[in-house]
Amino acid sequence: MNLKREIKLSPAAPSYLALVVNNMHAHAGQGGLEQSMAKSGEDAFSADDLVLCLQAVGARQDRAAFRVLFDHFAPRIKAYIIKLGCSHQQAEELAQETMTKVWNKAGQFDAAKAAPSTWMFRIARNLRIDAFRRENHPEFDQNDPSLIPAEERPADQVVEQKQSERQLLAAMAELPEEQMHLLRLSFFQDMSHGAIADHLNIPLGTVKSRLRLAMVKLRKKIDDNDQMQADGLSR
Amino acid sequence: MRTSHHIPDEMLLAYAAGSAPEAWSLIVATHLSLCSDCRAVVGNTEQIGGELLDSLTPETLSEDAFDLLMREIDSQAGKQELPKAPSTQIPSVLPEPLRSYVGGDLHALKWRRLGKGAFHIPIATKDQSAQARLLKVPAGNPVPMHGHNGEELTLVLTGSFTTHQGKFQRGDIEAADDSVEHMPVAGPEEDCICLAVTDAPLKFKSLGARLVQPFIGI
Ligand SMILES: [Zn+2]
Repeated sequence: MNLKREIKLSPAAPSYLALVVNNMHAHAGQGGLEQSMAKSGEDAFSADDLVLCLQAVGARQDRAAFRVLFDHFAPRIKAYIIKLGCSHQQAEELAQETMTKVWNKAGQFDAAKAAPSTWMFRIARNLRIDAFRRENHPEFDQNDPSLIPAEERPADQVVEQKQSERQLLAAMAELPEEQMHLLRLSFFQDMSHGAIADHLNIPLGTVKSRLRLAMVKLRKKIDDNDQMQADGLSR
Repeated sequence: MRTSHHIPDEMLLAYAAGSAPEAWSLIVATHLSLCSDCRAVVGNTEQIGGELLDSLTPETLSEDAFDLLMREIDSQAGKQELPKAPSTQIPSVLPEPLRSYVGGDLHALKWRRLGKGAFHIPIATKDQSAQARLLKVPAGNPVPMHGHNGEELTLVLTGSFTTHQGKFQRGDIEAADDSVEHMPVAGPEEDCICLAVTDAPLKFKSLGARLVQPFIGI
Protein backbone atom coordinates (compact mmCIF):
# COMPACT_ATOMS: atom_id res chain seq x y z
CA MET A 1 0.00 0.00 0.00
CA ASN A 2 1.42 3.34 -0.95
CA LEU A 3 0.28 5.64 1.77
CA LYS A 4 3.06 8.12 1.17
CA ARG A 5 1.23 9.54 -1.80
CA GLU A 6 -0.04 12.90 -0.68
CA ILE A 7 -3.74 13.62 -0.82
CA LYS A 8 -4.06 17.05 -2.38
CA LEU A 9 -6.68 18.97 -0.52
CA SER A 10 -8.09 22.16 -1.89
CA PRO A 11 -7.59 25.20 0.34
CA ALA A 12 -11.31 25.03 1.11
CA ALA A 13 -11.03 21.50 2.48
CA PRO A 14 -12.16 21.29 6.08
CA SER A 15 -9.21 21.12 8.43
CA TYR A 16 -10.31 17.91 10.11
CA LEU A 17 -10.06 16.02 6.86
CA ALA A 18 -6.45 17.14 6.58
CA LEU A 19 -6.04 15.98 10.17
CA VAL A 20 -7.45 12.55 9.52
CA VAL A 21 -5.34 12.10 6.42
CA ASN A 22 -2.25 13.24 8.29
CA ASN A 23 -3.15 10.87 11.09
CA MET A 24 -3.39 8.06 8.61
CA HIS A 25 0.10 8.86 7.37
CA ALA A 26 1.44 9.08 10.89
CA HIS A 27 -0.04 5.78 11.98
CA ALA A 28 0.38 3.81 8.81
CA GLY A 29 2.84 0.99 9.22
CA GLN A 30 2.21 0.79 12.95
CA GLY A 31 -1.14 -0.86 12.51
CA GLY A 32 -2.71 2.20 14.06
CA LEU A 33 -4.73 3.11 11.02
CA GLU A 34 -8.05 1.65 12.09
CA GLN A 35 -7.60 3.08 15.55
CA SER A 36 -6.97 6.58 14.36
CA MET A 37 -9.96 6.33 12.06
CA ALA A 38 -12.13 5.08 14.87
CA LYS A 39 -11.00 7.90 17.12
CA SER A 40 -11.57 10.58 14.56
CA GLY A 41 -15.04 9.14 14.09
CA GLU A 42 -15.89 8.24 10.52
CA ASP A 43 -19.20 10.07 10.76
CA ALA A 44 -17.28 13.31 10.99
CA PHE A 45 -16.94 13.37 7.21
CA SER A 46 -19.19 15.78 5.43
CA ALA A 47 -20.45 15.28 1.91
CA ASP A 48 -17.86 17.89 0.85
CA ASP A 49 -15.01 15.76 2.20
CA LEU A 50 -16.32 12.71 0.40
CA VAL A 51 -16.60 14.68 -2.85
CA LEU A 52 -12.94 15.69 -2.53
CA CYS A 53 -11.96 12.11 -1.87
CA LEU A 54 -13.90 10.76 -4.86
CA GLN A 55 -12.30 13.42 -7.06
CA ALA A 56 -8.84 12.54 -5.74
CA VAL A 57 -9.40 8.87 -6.55
CA GLY A 58 -10.78 9.75 -9.98
CA ALA A 59 -7.99 12.17 -10.86
CA ARG A 60 -4.95 10.26 -9.58
CA GLN A 61 -6.02 7.00 -7.94
CA ASP A 62 -5.26 8.48 -4.55
CA ARG A 63 -5.16 5.59 -2.08
CA ALA A 64 -5.43 7.62 1.10
CA ALA A 65 -8.57 9.27 -0.23
CA PHE A 66 -9.88 5.86 -1.27
CA ARG A 67 -9.29 4.62 2.27
CA VAL A 68 -11.48 7.42 3.61
CA LEU A 69 -14.25 6.45 1.16
CA PHE A 70 -13.85 2.80 2.06
CA ASP A 71 -14.09 3.43 5.79
CA HIS A 72 -17.18 5.54 5.35
CA PHE A 73 -19.09 3.59 2.71
CA ALA A 74 -18.06 -0.08 2.79
CA PRO A 75 -19.61 -0.70 6.26
CA ARG A 76 -22.81 1.06 5.16
CA ILE A 77 -23.01 -0.86 1.90
CA LYS A 78 -22.51 -4.05 3.89
CA ALA A 79 -25.38 -3.01 6.17
CA TYR A 80 -27.54 -2.25 3.11
CA ILE A 81 -26.95 -5.72 1.65
CA ILE A 82 -27.58 -7.44 5.01
CA LYS A 83 -30.88 -5.57 5.25
CA LEU A 84 -31.80 -7.01 1.87
CA GLY A 85 -31.55 -10.45 3.45
CA CYS A 86 -28.03 -11.65 2.68
CA SER A 87 -25.44 -13.33 4.88
CA HIS A 88 -22.60 -11.28 6.37
CA GLN A 89 -20.17 -12.98 4.03
CA GLN A 90 -22.19 -12.24 0.89
CA ALA A 91 -22.73 -8.70 2.08
CA GLU A 92 -19.02 -8.16 2.62
CA GLU A 93 -18.21 -9.57 -0.82
CA LEU A 94 -20.71 -7.22 -2.42
CA ALA A 95 -19.39 -4.26 -0.45
CA GLN A 96 -15.91 -5.12 -1.75
CA GLU A 97 -17.21 -5.46 -5.28
CA THR A 98 -18.94 -2.09 -4.98
CA MET A 99 -15.73 -0.43 -3.77
CA THR A 100 -13.80 -1.98 -6.68
CA LYS A 101 -16.32 -0.40 -9.05
CA VAL A 102 -15.95 2.89 -7.17
CA TRP A 103 -12.18 2.76 -7.73
CA ASN A 104 -12.65 2.01 -11.44
CA LYS A 105 -15.41 4.54 -12.07
CA ALA A 106 -14.37 7.42 -9.80
CA GLY A 107 -13.24 9.40 -12.87
CA GLN A 108 -16.87 9.52 -14.01
CA PHE A 109 -18.18 11.01 -10.77
CA ASP A 110 -19.63 14.48 -11.34
CA ALA A 111 -20.22 16.47 -8.15
CA ALA A 112 -22.58 18.82 -9.99
CA LYS A 113 -24.93 15.93 -10.75
CA ALA A 114 -24.97 13.71 -7.68
CA ALA A 115 -23.98 13.54 -4.04
CA PRO A 116 -21.37 10.87 -3.24
CA SER A 117 -23.96 8.85 -1.28
CA THR A 118 -26.37 8.92 -4.25
CA TRP A 119 -23.60 7.79 -6.59
CA MET A 120 -22.55 4.99 -4.23
CA PHE A 121 -26.15 3.91 -3.77
CA ARG A 122 -26.61 3.51 -7.53
CA ILE A 123 -23.50 1.36 -7.87
CA ALA A 124 -24.43 -0.84 -4.90
CA ARG A 125 -28.05 -1.15 -6.08
CA ASN A 126 -27.09 -2.25 -9.60
CA LEU A 127 -24.56 -4.76 -8.31
CA ARG A 128 -26.99 -6.33 -5.89
CA ILE A 129 -29.69 -6.63 -8.59
CA ASP A 130 -27.11 -8.37 -10.78
CA ALA A 131 -25.85 -10.57 -7.95
CA PHE A 132 -29.13 -11.68 -6.43
CA ARG A 133 -31.73 -11.46 -9.18
CA ARG A 134 -29.36 -12.04 -12.13
CA GLU A 135 -31.10 -9.14 -13.81
CA ASN A 136 -29.91 -5.91 -15.35
CA HIS A 137 -31.01 -2.49 -14.23
CA PRO A 138 -31.73 -0.83 -17.60
CA GLU A 139 -30.71 2.83 -17.63
CA PHE A 140 -31.01 5.75 -20.03
CA ASP A 141 -27.84 6.97 -21.66
CA GLN A 142 -27.04 10.62 -20.99
CA ASN A 143 -25.14 10.76 -24.32
CA ASP A 144 -27.82 9.10 -26.43
CA PRO A 145 -28.69 11.51 -29.30
CA SER A 146 -32.34 10.46 -28.86
CA LEU A 147 -32.44 11.70 -25.26
CA ILE A 148 -34.69 14.72 -24.84
CA PRO A 149 -32.80 17.25 -22.72
CA ALA A 150 -34.39 19.18 -19.86
CA GLU A 151 -35.65 22.65 -20.63
CA GLU A 152 -33.08 25.23 -19.61
CA ARG A 153 -34.07 26.99 -16.39
CA PRO A 154 -33.38 30.67 -15.88
CA ALA A 155 -29.98 31.03 -14.19
CA ASP A 156 -31.51 32.36 -10.96
CA GLN A 157 -33.65 29.24 -10.62
CA VAL A 158 -30.91 26.70 -11.02
CA VAL A 159 -30.65 24.79 -7.77
CA GLU A 160 -27.21 23.66 -6.84
CA GLN A 161 -26.64 20.02 -6.03
CA LYS A 162 -25.76 20.79 -2.41
CA GLN A 163 -28.85 22.89 -1.94
CA SER A 164 -31.10 20.22 -3.43
CA GLU A 165 -29.62 17.77 -0.93
CA ARG A 166 -30.54 20.05 1.95
CA GLN A 167 -34.06 20.47 0.59
CA LEU A 168 -34.51 16.74 0.25
CA LEU A 169 -33.32 16.08 3.80
CA ALA A 170 -35.71 18.71 5.12
CA ALA A 171 -38.57 17.20 3.12
CA MET A 172 -37.77 13.68 4.35
CA ALA A 173 -37.68 14.88 7.94
CA GLU A 174 -41.26 16.08 7.60
CA LEU A 175 -42.72 12.86 6.21
CA PRO A 176 -45.05 10.97 8.58
CA GLU A 177 -43.47 7.80 9.99
CA GLU A 178 -45.84 5.44 8.12
CA GLN A 179 -44.71 6.92 4.80
CA MET A 180 -41.04 6.88 5.81
CA HIS A 181 -41.46 3.24 6.82
CA LEU A 182 -42.84 2.35 3.39
CA LEU A 183 -39.96 4.21 1.72
CA ARG A 184 -37.47 2.23 3.80
CA LEU A 185 -39.22 -1.03 2.93
CA SER A 186 -39.07 -0.12 -0.77
CA PHE A 187 -35.35 0.55 -0.61
CA PHE A 188 -34.25 -2.18 1.77
CA GLN A 189 -36.53 -5.18 1.33
CA ASP A 190 -36.46 -5.71 -2.45
CA MET A 191 -40.20 -6.25 -2.14
CA SER A 192 -42.77 -5.53 -4.78
CA HIS A 193 -45.53 -3.25 -3.57
CA GLY A 194 -47.79 -6.31 -3.46
CA ALA A 195 -45.32 -8.09 -1.17
CA ILE A 196 -45.10 -5.02 1.07
CA ALA A 197 -48.90 -5.01 1.30
CA ASP A 198 -48.90 -8.69 2.34
CA HIS A 199 -46.06 -8.07 4.79
CA LEU A 200 -47.89 -5.18 6.49
CA ASN A 201 -51.29 -6.79 6.02
CA ILE A 202 -52.77 -3.70 4.35
CA PRO A 203 -54.38 -3.45 0.91
CA LEU A 204 -52.12 -2.94 -2.12
CA GLY A 205 -54.05 0.22 -2.98
CA THR A 206 -53.16 1.68 0.42
CA VAL A 207 -49.46 0.93 -0.08
CA LYS A 208 -49.51 2.62 -3.46
CA SER A 209 -51.47 5.64 -2.33
CA ARG A 210 -49.21 6.17 0.72
CA LEU A 211 -46.10 5.91 -1.43
CA ARG A 212 -47.61 8.29 -3.98
CA LEU A 213 -48.44 10.68 -1.17
CA ALA A 214 -44.86 10.52 0.10
CA MET A 215 -43.49 11.18 -3.39
CA VAL A 216 -45.91 14.05 -3.96
CA LYS A 217 -44.87 15.62 -0.66
CA LEU A 218 -41.18 15.27 -1.43
CA ARG A 219 -41.77 16.77 -4.85
CA LYS A 220 -43.89 19.63 -3.57
CA LYS A 221 -41.50 20.47 -0.76
CA ILE A 222 -38.60 20.63 -3.19
CA ASP A 223 -40.57 22.75 -5.67
CA ASP A 224 -41.67 25.12 -2.88
CA ASN A 225 -38.09 25.52 -1.78
CA ASP A 226 -37.01 26.16 -5.36
CA GLN A 227 -39.70 28.79 -5.60
CA MET A 228 -38.72 30.40 -2.30
CA GLN A 229 -35.14 30.42 -3.44
CA ALA A 230 -36.09 31.99 -6.77
CA ASP A 231 -38.27 34.58 -5.04
CA GLY A 232 -35.60 35.33 -2.49
CA LEU A 233 -33.06 36.00 -5.20
CA SER A 234 -35.26 38.25 -7.25
CA ARG A 235 -36.31 40.37 -4.32
CA MET B 1 -43.17 18.70 -27.14
CA ARG B 2 -43.47 18.02 -23.46
CA THR B 3 -44.76 14.63 -22.40
CA SER B 4 -48.02 14.85 -20.51
CA HIS B 5 -48.64 11.23 -19.44
CA HIS B 6 -46.00 9.97 -17.03
CA ILE B 7 -44.90 6.82 -15.22
CA PRO B 8 -46.86 6.49 -11.93
CA ASP B 9 -44.79 7.76 -8.99
CA GLU B 10 -44.74 4.44 -7.16
CA MET B 11 -43.25 2.78 -10.24
CA LEU B 12 -40.54 5.48 -10.44
CA LEU B 13 -39.84 4.75 -6.79
CA ALA B 14 -39.59 0.98 -7.40
CA TYR B 15 -37.21 1.68 -10.31
CA ALA B 16 -34.98 3.97 -8.25
CA ALA B 17 -34.99 1.60 -5.27
CA GLY B 18 -34.08 -1.33 -7.51
CA SER B 19 -37.11 -3.43 -6.62
CA ALA B 20 -38.84 -3.14 -10.01
CA PRO B 21 -38.28 -6.26 -12.14
CA GLU B 22 -36.30 -5.83 -15.35
CA ALA B 23 -39.19 -5.57 -17.85
CA TRP B 24 -40.76 -2.71 -15.85
CA SER B 25 -37.38 -1.06 -15.42
CA LEU B 26 -36.89 -1.22 -19.19
CA ILE B 27 -40.04 0.79 -19.92
CA VAL B 28 -39.30 3.23 -17.09
CA ALA B 29 -35.75 3.84 -18.34
CA THR B 30 -36.94 4.24 -21.95
CA HIS B 31 -39.50 6.82 -20.83
CA LEU B 32 -36.74 8.58 -18.85
CA SER B 33 -34.85 9.08 -22.14
CA LEU B 34 -37.86 11.02 -23.42
CA CYS B 35 -38.98 12.81 -20.23
CA SER B 36 -36.79 15.13 -18.18
CA ASP B 37 -39.55 15.54 -15.54
CA CYS B 38 -39.46 11.85 -14.61
CA ARG B 39 -35.63 11.90 -14.83
CA ALA B 40 -35.64 14.59 -12.15
CA VAL B 41 -38.00 12.57 -9.94
CA VAL B 42 -35.84 9.46 -10.27
CA GLY B 43 -32.75 11.56 -9.49
CA ASN B 44 -34.40 12.83 -6.31
CA THR B 45 -35.53 9.36 -5.36
CA GLU B 46 -32.04 7.93 -5.83
CA GLN B 47 -30.88 10.74 -3.60
CA ILE B 48 -33.30 9.44 -0.95
CA GLY B 49 -31.63 6.05 -1.46
CA GLY B 50 -28.26 7.69 -0.86
CA GLU B 51 -29.50 9.42 2.30
CA LEU B 52 -31.00 6.17 3.61
CA LEU B 53 -27.75 4.33 2.82
CA ASP B 54 -25.80 7.00 4.67
CA SER B 55 -28.10 6.75 7.70
CA LEU B 56 -27.62 2.97 8.15
CA THR B 57 -25.73 1.73 11.19
CA PRO B 58 -22.36 0.63 9.74
CA GLU B 59 -21.53 -3.12 9.81
CA THR B 60 -17.92 -3.90 10.68
CA LEU B 61 -15.89 -5.52 7.91
CA SER B 62 -13.17 -8.09 8.51
CA GLU B 63 -9.89 -6.56 9.58
CA ASP B 64 -8.03 -7.28 6.37
CA ALA B 65 -10.90 -6.20 4.10
CA PHE B 66 -9.17 -3.06 2.81
CA ASP B 67 -5.84 -4.80 2.18
CA LEU B 68 -7.60 -7.64 0.36
CA LEU B 69 -9.44 -5.11 -1.75
CA MET B 70 -6.29 -3.19 -2.69
CA ARG B 71 -4.55 -6.46 -3.62
CA GLU B 72 -7.52 -7.30 -5.83
CA ILE B 73 -7.44 -3.83 -7.39
CA ASP B 74 -3.69 -4.00 -7.99
CA SER B 75 -4.04 -7.37 -9.71
CA GLN B 76 -6.58 -5.96 -12.18
CA ALA B 77 -4.61 -2.74 -12.77
CA GLY B 78 -5.62 -0.67 -15.77
CA LYS B 79 -9.31 -1.58 -15.69
CA GLN B 80 -10.47 2.03 -15.45
CA GLU B 81 -13.98 2.28 -16.82
CA LEU B 82 -14.57 5.03 -19.34
CA PRO B 83 -18.04 6.28 -20.21
CA LYS B 84 -19.44 4.23 -23.07
CA ALA B 85 -19.74 6.01 -26.40
CA PRO B 86 -23.34 6.04 -27.64
CA SER B 87 -24.06 3.34 -30.22
CA THR B 88 -25.23 5.94 -32.73
CA GLN B 89 -24.56 9.62 -33.43
CA ILE B 90 -27.91 10.36 -35.05
CA PRO B 91 -31.16 10.48 -33.10
CA SER B 92 -33.01 7.20 -33.55
CA VAL B 93 -36.70 6.35 -33.15
CA LEU B 94 -35.90 3.86 -30.39
CA PRO B 95 -34.04 5.53 -27.53
CA GLU B 96 -31.72 3.70 -25.13
CA PRO B 97 -31.95 1.38 -23.31
CA LEU B 98 -34.68 -0.05 -25.59
CA ARG B 99 -32.47 0.16 -28.69
CA SER B 100 -29.86 -2.11 -27.14
CA TYR B 101 -32.51 -4.57 -25.97
CA VAL B 102 -33.93 -5.06 -29.49
CA GLY B 103 -30.55 -4.89 -31.22
CA GLY B 104 -30.95 -1.69 -33.24
CA ASP B 105 -33.32 0.95 -34.49
CA LEU B 106 -36.61 0.37 -36.37
CA HIS B 107 -34.99 -0.90 -39.57
CA ALA B 108 -33.38 -3.77 -37.64
CA LEU B 109 -36.69 -5.13 -36.35
CA LYS B 110 -38.32 -8.38 -37.46
CA TRP B 111 -42.04 -7.99 -36.80
CA ARG B 112 -44.32 -10.94 -36.13
CA ARG B 113 -47.91 -10.94 -37.30
CA LEU B 114 -50.48 -10.53 -34.53
CA GLY B 115 -53.73 -10.46 -36.56
CA LYS B 116 -55.90 -7.52 -37.66
CA GLY B 117 -52.86 -5.96 -39.32
CA ALA B 118 -51.06 -5.59 -36.00
CA PHE B 119 -47.51 -6.84 -35.34
CA HIS B 120 -45.41 -7.47 -32.28
CA ILE B 121 -41.91 -8.37 -31.12
CA PRO B 122 -41.44 -9.97 -27.70
CA ILE B 123 -38.37 -8.54 -25.94
CA ALA B 124 -36.20 -10.91 -23.95
CA THR B 125 -35.29 -9.90 -20.40
CA LYS B 126 -34.15 -12.05 -17.48
CA ASP B 127 -37.41 -11.14 -15.79
CA GLN B 128 -39.93 -14.01 -15.51
CA SER B 129 -42.64 -11.93 -13.84
CA ALA B 130 -43.51 -9.57 -16.68
CA GLN B 131 -43.28 -9.49 -20.46
CA ALA B 132 -42.04 -6.57 -22.54
CA ARG B 133 -42.92 -6.30 -26.22
CA LEU B 134 -43.01 -3.87 -29.10
CA LEU B 135 -46.47 -3.47 -30.67
CA LYS B 136 -47.26 -2.00 -34.07
CA VAL B 137 -50.84 -1.05 -34.85
CA PRO B 138 -51.58 0.30 -38.37
CA ALA B 139 -52.61 3.96 -38.59
CA GLY B 140 -56.30 4.38 -37.84
CA ASN B 141 -56.80 0.82 -36.53
CA PRO B 142 -58.17 -0.13 -33.11
CA VAL B 143 -56.37 -2.44 -30.70
CA PRO B 144 -58.92 -5.16 -29.77
CA MET B 145 -60.98 -4.31 -26.66
CA HIS B 146 -59.42 -5.90 -23.59
CA GLY B 147 -59.30 -5.75 -19.81
CA HIS B 148 -56.31 -6.73 -17.68
CA ASN B 149 -55.49 -9.40 -15.14
CA GLY B 150 -52.68 -7.29 -13.82
CA GLU B 151 -50.88 -4.10 -14.69
CA GLU B 152 -49.91 -2.77 -18.07
CA LEU B 153 -47.72 0.16 -19.07
CA THR B 154 -47.58 1.34 -22.67
CA LEU B 155 -45.07 3.84 -24.04
CA VAL B 156 -45.74 5.46 -27.42
CA LEU B 157 -42.73 5.61 -29.74
CA THR B 158 -44.28 6.56 -33.12
CA GLY B 159 -47.71 7.83 -34.12
CA SER B 160 -50.34 8.11 -31.43
CA PHE B 161 -53.36 6.39 -29.95
CA THR B 162 -56.46 7.65 -28.26
CA THR B 163 -58.50 6.17 -25.41
CA HIS B 164 -61.27 7.65 -23.25
CA GLN B 165 -58.40 9.15 -21.21
CA GLY B 166 -57.14 11.22 -24.10
CA LYS B 167 -54.46 11.20 -26.74
CA PHE B 168 -51.10 9.50 -26.22
CA GLN B 169 -48.10 10.52 -28.32
CA ARG B 170 -44.36 9.82 -28.45
CA GLY B 171 -43.00 9.70 -24.92
CA ASP B 172 -46.43 9.33 -23.29
CA ILE B 173 -47.18 6.47 -20.91
CA GLU B 174 -50.57 4.85 -20.56
CA ALA B 175 -51.00 2.98 -17.27
CA ALA B 176 -53.79 0.40 -17.00
CA ASP B 177 -54.71 -2.17 -14.35
CA ASP B 178 -57.51 -4.63 -13.72
CA SER B 179 -59.99 -1.80 -13.23
CA VAL B 180 -59.42 -0.52 -16.76
CA GLU B 181 -61.10 -1.76 -19.91
CA HIS B 182 -59.90 0.28 -22.82
CA MET B 183 -60.02 0.30 -26.59
CA PRO B 184 -57.10 2.31 -27.86
CA VAL B 185 -57.35 3.48 -31.48
CA ALA B 186 -54.20 4.37 -33.42
CA GLY B 187 -54.10 7.88 -34.85
CA PRO B 188 -54.43 8.34 -38.62
CA GLU B 189 -51.04 10.04 -39.17
CA GLU B 190 -48.79 6.96 -39.12
CA ASP B 191 -48.47 3.44 -37.70
CA CYS B 192 -48.38 3.48 -33.93
CA ILE B 193 -45.40 1.67 -32.42
CA CYS B 194 -45.41 1.17 -28.65
CA LEU B 195 -43.37 -0.53 -26.00
CA ALA B 196 -45.78 -2.41 -23.74
CA VAL B 197 -45.12 -4.29 -20.50
CA THR B 198 -47.67 -6.56 -18.84
CA ASP B 199 -47.37 -8.66 -15.72
CA ALA B 200 -50.18 -11.02 -16.71
CA PRO B 201 -51.85 -12.20 -19.92
CA LEU B 202 -54.36 -9.71 -21.34
CA LYS B 203 -58.04 -10.68 -21.11
CA PHE B 204 -59.46 -10.29 -24.60
CA LYS B 205 -63.21 -9.88 -24.78
CA SER B 206 -63.98 -11.41 -28.12
CA LEU B 207 -63.91 -15.17 -28.50
CA GLY B 208 -61.79 -14.90 -31.64
CA ALA B 209 -59.11 -12.93 -29.83
CA ARG B 210 -59.27 -15.36 -26.88
CA LEU B 211 -58.78 -18.32 -29.17
CA VAL B 212 -55.65 -16.97 -30.83
CA GLN B 213 -54.21 -15.75 -27.55
CA PRO B 214 -52.38 -18.99 -26.61
CA PHE B 215 -50.70 -19.06 -30.00
CA ILE B 216 -49.44 -15.51 -30.17
CA GLY B 217 -48.11 -15.49 -26.63
CA ILE B 218 -49.92 -12.39 -25.37
ZN1 LIG C 1 -42.46 11.40 -17.43
